[in-house]
Amino acid sequence: MQTIARLVNENERWLAVIANNYAEACSLCDDRELSLVLIGAGLDEREEMELKRHVSATRPRLPIVKHYGGGSGLLFAEIYQAIG
Amino acid sequence: MAQTVLHKANTRGVADHGWLKSYQSFSFAGYYNPERINFGALRVLNDDIVTGGMGFGEHPHDNMEIISIPLEGNLQHKDSMGNTATIKAGEIQVMSAGTGIYHSEYNADPENPAKFLQIWLFPNKRNVTPRYDQILLNGNDVKDEFVQILSPNEDDAGVWIYQDAWFNMAKFNAGINKTYTLNKEGNGVYIFVLKGEVEVNGEKLETRDGLGIWETASFEVKADTDAEFLLMEVPMKF
Repeated sequence: MQTIARLVNENERWLAVIANNYAEACSLCDDRELSLVLIGAGLDEREEMELKRHVSATRPRLPIVKHYGGGSGLLFAEIYQAIG
Repeated sequence: MAQTVLHKANTRGVADHGWLKSYQSFSFAGYYNPERINFGALRVLNDDIVTGGMGFGEHPHDNMEIISIPLEGNLQHKDSMGNTATIKAGEIQVMSAGTGIYHSEYNADPENPAKFLQIWLFPNKRNVTPRYDQILLNGNDVKDEFVQILSPNEDDAGVWIYQDAWFNMAKFNAGINKTYTLNKEGNGVYIFVLKGEVEVNGEKLETRDGLGIWETASFEVKADTDAEFLLMEVPMKF
């Protein structure tokens, strides 16, 4: 997670905040102004579904996408695709 | 009717880091082309050249099927599962990153470059237990046939991965014409030419060109010269 945050924060227009579990993710989505939610490894399928449901109910325009690969390879394409 | 997409070699992304030169068929790291994100479940096809003695330091992956095919030279692999191995041309390496792994890949030869294909596929199952495998490919000397090197099945030829994908390597003499029949409905095939010139569905491909073909149950591949190529059959929806 720290690696992903560091890579995101290398772009001065972006700021990453990390959630380490489902509860923290819900809390961040409620409390922060976010442009994108990236889901990495760590949540099980039920928690992923719950998080998507929570975000679509509370912040319907907030994109939520899965991050694959774990490092920088796909990260930037995932962000550009999601937020243009 | 078959659909196709042609990616000429000179339209790929290029990253030159000094120790690494990488030709990228799909958007990767600093190369972003919204028209070139993936071909079905095939997300990364990097044609990498690593300077002697250099390599990729330890870095993380998760939820990706990662296949390395050395073309020249060798790579020394270490990972967080305790695997230490060297892979060389004629072998194939696969990692299911699943819940997460760290690994490094170095060119073990201090003098000569290592050339290899780095291929990533989206998995059909997330958060699996990470696994690593490498094998010596049978059929390295087979000519004029499709030689399977990867499948979804543990007991089938080649390595296996968490995806309904089949890879075949082929070395055709000039003039050979063969039909490739897809293993699964809904799949497509990305053909990547390693050497020589081939024709697929009327499209002429040269060295390092790529062609995606889908919405067909089979297609013909004709070698216009002696040629080597990789066929990657992958789900178009996953």
